[in-house]
Amino acid sequence: MKKEEYQVVFEISDQEQTGRIVNSEGIKPYFFAPEVERKDAPRLPRVAEVEVTRHYTRLAEMNLGVDHTFYPLGSCTMKYNPRFSLRLASHAGATDIHPLQPLDDLQGALEVLFHLEQMLAETVGLHAVTLMPAAGAHGELTGLLILAAYLRENGFTKKKKIIVPDTAHGTNPASCTMAGFEAVEVKSGPEGFVRAKDVESMIDDETAGIMLTNPNTFGIFERDFKKIAHMVHEAGGLVYMDGANMNALLGIVRPGDMGADIVQLNLHKTFGTPHGGGGPGSGPVAVRDFLEPFLPGERIVKKDGKFVLEKRAHTIGRVRAFPGHFAVAVQALAYMIRLGSDGLKRVAEIAVLNARYLRALLEKHFYMPYATETLHEFVITDKYQKEKKGITALDMAKALLDRGFHPPTVYFPITVQGAIMIEPTETESKETLEAFARALLEIAASEPEEVKKSPQNTPVGRLDEVGAARNPRLRYTFPEG
Amino acid sequence: MEFPEGLLYTKEHEWVLVENGEATVGITAYAVDQLGDIVYVELPAVGASFKQMETFGVVESVKAVADLYCPLSGEVVEVNEALEEHPEWVNQDPYDKGWMIRIKLHNPDETGALLSAQDYRRYVEEEKSG
Repeated sequence: MKKEEYQVVFEISDQEQTGRIVNSEGIKPYFFAPEVERKDAPRLPRVAEVEVTRHYTRLAEMNLGVDHTFYPLGSCTMKYNPRFSLRLASHAGATDIHPLQPLDDLQGALEVLFHLEQMLAETVGLHAVTLMPAAGAHGELTGLLILAAYLRENGFTKKKKIIVPDTAHGTNPASCTMAGFEAVEVKSGPEGFVRAKDVESMIDDETAGIMLTNPNTFGIFERDFKKIAHMVHEAGGLVYMDGANMNALLGIVRPGDMGADIVQLNLHKTFGTPHGGGGPGSGPVAVRDFLEPFLPGERIVKKDGKFVLEKRAHTIGRVRAFPGHFAVAVQALAYMIRLGSDGLKRVAEIAVLNARYLRALLEKHFYMPYATETLHEFVITDKYQKEKKGITALDMAKALLDRGFHPPTVYFPITVQGAIMIEPTETESKETLEAFARALLEIAASEPEEVKKSPQNTPVGRLDEVGAARNPRLRYTFPEG
Repeated sequence: MEFPEGLLYTKEHEWVLVENGEATVGITAYAVDQLGDIVYVELPAVGASFKQMETFGVVESVKAVADLYCPLSGEVVEVNEALEEHPEWVNQDPYDKGWMIRIKLHNPDETGALLSAQDYRRYVEEEKSG
C-alpha cells in the first residue's frame, strides 16, 4: 500500500492551497480581550476541496463494513440498515429542524417520538419509554439511575447490590458501579444459563436487583428468568433486563411479561439503525408504570390534540441535552411500521433460523462449550484447532479477512477459552451462510504457517495490538515545534 | 506450564507466597497464557484492606479485562509499582518480577481455602478439558 493512502489530513496539507475562498469584504473584525487572544494561528490543514473528498473516500474504502460483506460480529449485532428507513431519516423534515424551535413547529417530530415510545413499550410489554439515552450502555446507566432513585424514594437505603451474571456484557457491571451500586457476580450454570437456585443463595437485604441479558451472550435463553424475577421481587428488588439481544425475541416473548421492570433496547441491534464508530446509537429505556415518574428529561404527552413536554415529579433529570437522536428514531419507527408486528416476529424467527443453520454447519468441526439450544447467536471455540495445529481464534479471524468476510467476535465471553462468537442476523441468505462456513472450515483445515501469515489482502497486515494498547498515539504531532 | 511448589493458589488463578505473616500475590502462568499480552495492571494503594477473595485490582490484556482476587484477607503493605511501566513483566515472569502486591495477613488460618500446586494443576487440567 502506498504511503499517501494512510496519511492523515495534516500530512497532505499545503499552505498554498485552500478549500474555500472567503469574501471578507464588509466584515468588521472583532477584537477579543488580549488575555484570551491566541498568539499563534490555529494549525488547520489547508487542502483543496477535491483533495479532502478523495482523502476521506480513500480512507472509507479501506474500511470493511456491513455494506461490504457478511459481518457476523456476535454480541455486537451488526445489522444491515435498510435504505428505505435511511431515506426517510434524510428527509428535510427530519434533518432541518432544531430541538429549540417552538413546539408548534415541532409537532410532527414530537409525534414521531411519541409513537416510537409507544411502539417500543408495546414490544417489550412495559408502560413508558424514554428515547433520551444516546446508546445501549447509556441506557443501562439511565435504567440503573431510575432504579436508584426509586429505592431512595422508597427508603430502601440498604439495597446496594446488583446481581450480574459472569457472562454479562462488560458494560453491565460498569453501569452498576457508575450508578452507585455494587455488582456481585453470579456464575452461569453448567448448561450456559443462570440457575434460579444459584441466584436464590445470593439474595439478601442488600439486594437492589438483578441485571440479566436474555437471551444471554451465548445466545442461550435464560429459562429461569421468570422464577428469578419472582425471587428478586419477593426480596424487594427490581429486575433489569439488558435488551441488547431483543432481536431474538421480537414478537415472541415480552420482557415485561417475564417479570422485567426496566429494559434498555439498542435500536441499532434490533431495529436496523446505525452502529459502531460514528453511530449515532440509541438506547431507549422502557419501565413499568410505577417507575414512570422517575424517567429522565421531559415527557412527551398529548393534550387537547397537541404534543407538549411535561416534567415528572421524581425525574432523575436529563441524561443528555435533548430528547434523543432524532434521525435514528425516525429510522427505527420507519422500520417498525414497514415490517409491522408480523414482520418483526419474522425478523426474530429468521435471525434464530440463520444462526441455527450456521451452527449446524460448524458444530461437528469445532468445540462448543454448551450443547444447549441457542437462539440468534452461538459460541464455538478454537480448542480442537489450537490443540492439533496451534491455530488460534485470532488466526482464524484474520484469515477470514483474506476471504472477504468480517470476522466474528473473538475471545468473548471471557468465561470460554478461545471463544468465537457468531451472529449472522436475519438479512443473510442461505448461500452467504454456507460460503462463510466453507471459508471457516477451509481455514481450520489449512497449514498453520499459512494461517499465521494472514491477513495479506487487506490494506494493513497484523497490527501491533500490544503497542497500540501500551503506547497509544492518539494525537497528531506536527513535525516542527 | 510451571506452578511452583511452595506457593498456594486460588481457583481464580492467583498465586500467593506466605512468609512470616505476610503474603506476596500475583497471577499464575495459566492466567497469563489465557490473557495473552498484558497491557495494563491496576493495583490498589498501600494501606488498602481486602477481605479474602475480594477484588483488589484489574488486569487488562489485548484480549480481555479481568478482576484480581485477594487470596487472603489483609492490608496492602507494598505494591509492585514497576508494573505500571512494565506490564509485560507479568507475561515474562509471573512468579517473580510480575508479582503484584504484598499484604500483611489479618487471618493466617484462611490458607485452608487455597489450593496446593498439585491440586491447582489438577484444577487447571479439568478447566482445560472443560
